[in-house]
Amino acid sequence: MPKVHVFGRDHINTDEIIPARHLTTDVESELAKYAMEDYDKDFVKRVQPGDIIVAGADFGCGSSREHAVWAIRGAGVAAVLAPNFARIFYRNAINNGFLALECENIVSAFQDGDEADLDLKAGVITNKRTGQVVTFVPVPQFALDVQKSGGWLEYMKETFN
Amino acid sequence: MGMTIAEKILAARSGNESVVPGQLIMCDTSWVLCHEITTPAALRMLEERGMDKVFNPDQIVAVPDHSVPAMNIKAAKMYQKLKSWVHEKGIKHFFDVGRGGIAHVVLENTGLVKPGDTLVSGDSHTCNAGALGAFATGVGSTDLAGAIYSGKVWFKVPETMLIKVTGQFKPGVTPKDLVLEVIKQIGADGANYMVMEWVGETIDNMDMEGRFTLTNMAIEAGGKTGIVAVDDATRAYLAARGVTPDQYTEYQSDSDAKYKVVIEIDAGALEPTVAYPHIPSNGKVAGTDKIAVTHAYVGSCTNGRISDLREVAAILKGRKVADGVQMIVVPATQAIWKQAAQEGLMEIFVDAGASVSYPSCGACLGMHSGVLGPNDVCISSSNRNFVGRMGDPSAQIYLASPATVAASAVNGYISDPRDFIGAGSAAD
Repeated sequence: MPKVHVFGRDHINTDEIIPARHLTTDVESELAKYAMEDYDKDFVKRVQPGDIIVAGADFGCGSSREHAVWAIRGAGVAAVLAPNFARIFYRNAINNGFLALECENIVSAFQDGDEADLDLKAGVITNKRTGQVVTFVPVPQFALDVQKSGGWLEYMKETFN
Repeated sequence: MGMTIAEKILAARSGNESVVPGQLIMCDTSWVLCHEITTPAALRMLEERGMDKVFNPDQIVAVPDHSVPAMNIKAAKMYQKLKSWVHEKGIKHFFDVGRGGIAHVVLENTGLVKPGDTLVSGDSHTCNAGALGAFATGVGSTDLAGAIYSGKVWFKVPETMLIKVTGQFKPGVTPKDLVLEVIKQIGADGANYMVMEWVGETIDNMDMEGRFTLTNMAIEAGGKTGIVAVDDATRAYLAARGVTPDQYTEYQSDSDAKYKVVIEIDAGALEPTVAYPHIPSNGKVAGTDKIAVTHAYVGSCTNGRISDLREVAAILKGRKVADGVQMIVVPATQAIWKQAAQEGLMEIFVDAGASVSYPSCGACLGMHSGVLGPNDVCISSSNRNFVGRMGDPSAQIYLASPATVAASAVNGYISDPRDFIGAGSAAD
């Protein structure tokens, strides 16, 4: 059962998710070592494959660096749920087939370390400790199509070759 | 129903008669801008998928700027990757180190991007070019790769925020103070997914350099881009770069265009504004608190232009940077560097005890040339003051106009530039 890591602050930016000092690589496994470093330097020690980040509004604001998506995905994170996302981070998530799920009251529904059940088809996440069920905005069909193709470039290759 | 400038450009470039906000469209991109940090990843993705081609080498502009001249071997390899690709694919517009500077400022000065164009780049401050009446926005490396390959990019048509600015700036108040005030009012995500369209007599009277400062920071309010309609100032700016009206399309927003938000600002009521750590919306009037600084930084795609350097020189002339303050001045491009030298600004900076650096993004993003150490306090003319942005996460970054940075550098603490203007040798 995936664990939830709560980063409750609004405006967690891409400089915090992956600082510029690590941008001389674009290898996901390398970037993963530094995921969330300037917000919580111990995060990569705690996170397990399949875990979920729950965050405040405007997650991923700032730089367009796609390295932010790669770093947290590389660290094992399967999805980020936040009330809303910064625009470029959101489209980077779609392009990578990575789950960025918009969910209004998500921060108050979880405590750090809670276990969760994420049901994409039903569009809900359940807090296994409290039993609380929270609905998120359905993933757009376009994003699902891109995910199905394996990412934006695969989708584009199929569509525009 | 009427359309905004952004909607008209997106309709034209996606082959639609009209578009509405929320609509997903596939759009042709007139220009793809590439630098050495996010482009190598895009190229690797394309190579891995056997998509190793470019849609049109004449519509790609490459400008290494973030980590050049390289500060270590890894950075050197990224620069090499960009450069070898440029040569291999015959990319027409390459502004190498020593011929360029900060990509956005190089681009605005070339006359390549024109009104009505679409532009994408793997850099969030691509919105800068919106001041030319183009639709320009930052994307990640995957979108960049897609655009390099096909000349196409997907967009969800954004809604538009109209920002009406009237009145005249008081002396010592600049477009940077205006944009910091707007971001303070609407919040760091106040324009999330929206186009920020700037109108009003203040904008009409503003030169292009000031307009670029406004559109550059759209991303700091979460905006997809900033945009200013073409007028005589735009036409003259383009003409000076050899661009004639038959080479571009001017779009104006219809009178019945639909805006999601309309805000009104009285420029005459603005004060020099400083965004406190750690978010650009955290604005206060300069000098409200006596905050000692260890670093003063003038540069970046927001405020490293010649008019910015002139403002700084006007304050530094005949004065010294305070003991204990490291001041760095970074002209945004090679051309601006030369212009500053010709006007005698360099001499003023050096005499004042400021360090003048080569054109690049410099310390703005904490990669090289002035990275902040633990607990450093920096006042910067750049665009972003997030934790760890310019170096150590314990450092404090304050954003302000170049004039405020200069005044603060002289005093050694964050200061109102009006104390220097008209009060001594500075304005002479």
